[in-house]
Amino acid sequence: MKRSILKHSTMIRAIEIKKDFPILNENAHRKNLVYLDNAATSQKPKSVITAMTRYYEEFNANVHRSVHKLSELATEAYERAHEKTAQFIGAQSGEEIIFTKNTTEALNLLAYTLCKNLKAGEEIVLTEMEHHSNLVPWQQIAKEKGLTIRFIKVGKDFRLDIKHARSLITDKTKIVSCVHLSNVLGTINPVKELAQLAHKHGAVMVVDGAQSAAHLPIDVKDLDCDFFAFSGHKMLGPTGIGVLYGKKSLLENMDPFLFGGGMIAEVTLTDVKFADLPAKFEAGTPNIAEAIGLSAAIEYLEKIGMTTIAAHEERLTEYALVRLSTIPGLTIYGPHNTTRRGAVISFNVEGIHPHDLASALDRYGVAVRAGNHCTMPLMNRLGINGSARASFYLYNDTRDVDALAEAIGKAKTLFKV
Amino acid sequence: MTARNETDDEPALTAEQAAQIDRAVVGEGPLTEEEEIYKENILDHYRHPHNTGRMSNATFSNRELNPLCGDTIELFVKLDDRQRVCDVKFIGKGCAISQASISLLSDSIKGKTIEEMKNIKREDVLSLLGIPIGVVRMKCALLSLRTLQKGIDTYEASRQSHNGQRRSGECL
Repeated sequence: MKRSILKHSTMIRAIEIKKDFPILNENAHRKNLVYLDNAATSQKPKSVITAMTRYYEEFNANVHRSVHKLSELATEAYERAHEKTAQFIGAQSGEEIIFTKNTTEALNLLAYTLCKNLKAGEEIVLTEMEHHSNLVPWQQIAKEKGLTIRFIKVGKDFRLDIKHARSLITDKTKIVSCVHLSNVLGTINPVKELAQLAHKHGAVMVVDGAQSAAHLPIDVKDLDCDFFAFSGHKMLGPTGIGVLYGKKSLLENMDPFLFGGGMIAEVTLTDVKFADLPAKFEAGTPNIAEAIGLSAAIEYLEKIGMTTIAAHEERLTEYALVRLSTIPGLTIYGPHNTTRRGAVISFNVEGIHPHDLASALDRYGVAVRAGNHCTMPLMNRLGINGSARASFYLYNDTRDVDALAEAIGKAKTLFKV
Repeated sequence: MTARNETDDEPALTAEQAAQIDRAVVGEGPLTEEEEIYKENILDHYRHPHNTGRMSNATFSNRELNPLCGDTIELFVKLDDRQRVCDVKFIGKGCAISQASISLLSDSIKGKTIEEMKNIKREDVLSLLGIPIGVVRMKCALLSLRTLQKGIDTYEASRQSHNGQRRSGECL
């Protein structure tokens, strides 16, 4: 068995990592928490919480506005967060990093600004496995402008049908937008290949990186996507901070999404000249503490290394797939091996509704998500109403998987299935 | 490569966890002995719901959805000439709490008037269920009541407009 990513990685000792996370610490309020809901949001290390507290306690001020010392410190930290994020995903500079409140806002920004000048009949290509946040914004604008949305099919192997993608992406296509790592199936999509297809036909490529940025090494230059959106809170950072990466040349030619203070260069009563990037897209007082928190989260992730994290999760996913697939009556929705697959496992147990299962697991100290995971069309495609979902991160280990498997066994006894 | 080499220092479950395990299931917080009985009651209603089926001659019907769990309930209510519930049926799909809740509620409304049904409070439904329900599962527990009371609202609105009691242009 050979996987290149494993060869070069050092091992993570999750038990040591857990000590950095107050909520997972052995002295935590809720003891022995087995937290397997990382695709919804991750836990936060002490360093992130401290970085945000320090801002509020030591240099709280608005950014880009005042000339006093505090504002200078805050502005510096806020701008550093752009630079750090840029370097984390391989962007050219902080100018290509726009802070939003989350992935959803970043995708809304794109839907409204990119579609503004599109004409009726022009096309957007999405996939059947999109999160509602990468579907509904496009749907709404498409209705308004008479655009057509086409969907790349998900095959029986829980992967995108690339042949179908090739037939869908044509010269009529103006935008291709695709989830990088499915929050339900765990599938890692070939976004680089899709970007090539999109560019061949003159379309822009948008990648929803909400799940991938936290778990895989990302290089936007290598992917050659035009836009890449993700959220801070899924990658050890706070809520309220999202990121939209965009190629500078494209961002420069796009209209702003929100208008107000901070995003202007000059204003008269009748006209306005917009500020340079990234301020042009960051109207109003931004989430300063959250940007600083994100910066600290990136520092934490980089200290361990994204390649190491990805390898750790791959090992854990492999273990979990084997362990779960031995449970009678349990169906996994997603690739059954770890090739191009992230640490998200959706499953159902025959005879137990996923929400009852999640409630039961919670009683045994195991936190998982249940429901449609904001992917109703995908649920329809899979022919289910919902599923339970376990998703791992760097602080999880095989003990957590064992706890999950044992809790599922207990739930089955309880529901007599 | 073995994925298990991190697990050697501790057993999978502590004694404390093991003690927690048999304590309870659906709902929130540890269950008392009495609540355990209700829990069985809920699972019974879930597995063998009462009053299931469709009704072609219902006085009113309503379908509601809980997007959280994907629960659906379609409820059919027939009133007799004294305007009391003489028959009730439902078709439902979803989690144990939502389905047990509508099964229990459908039993409890037999013989009730519209006014009596409008006066059913969420606490009444929760006491029918008899187990503590956390804030997240509350939508599951109360979907039954929402389906009933929204059905009543629609029924009453359509009766009013039939009787010509609603003056058009009133809102202008």
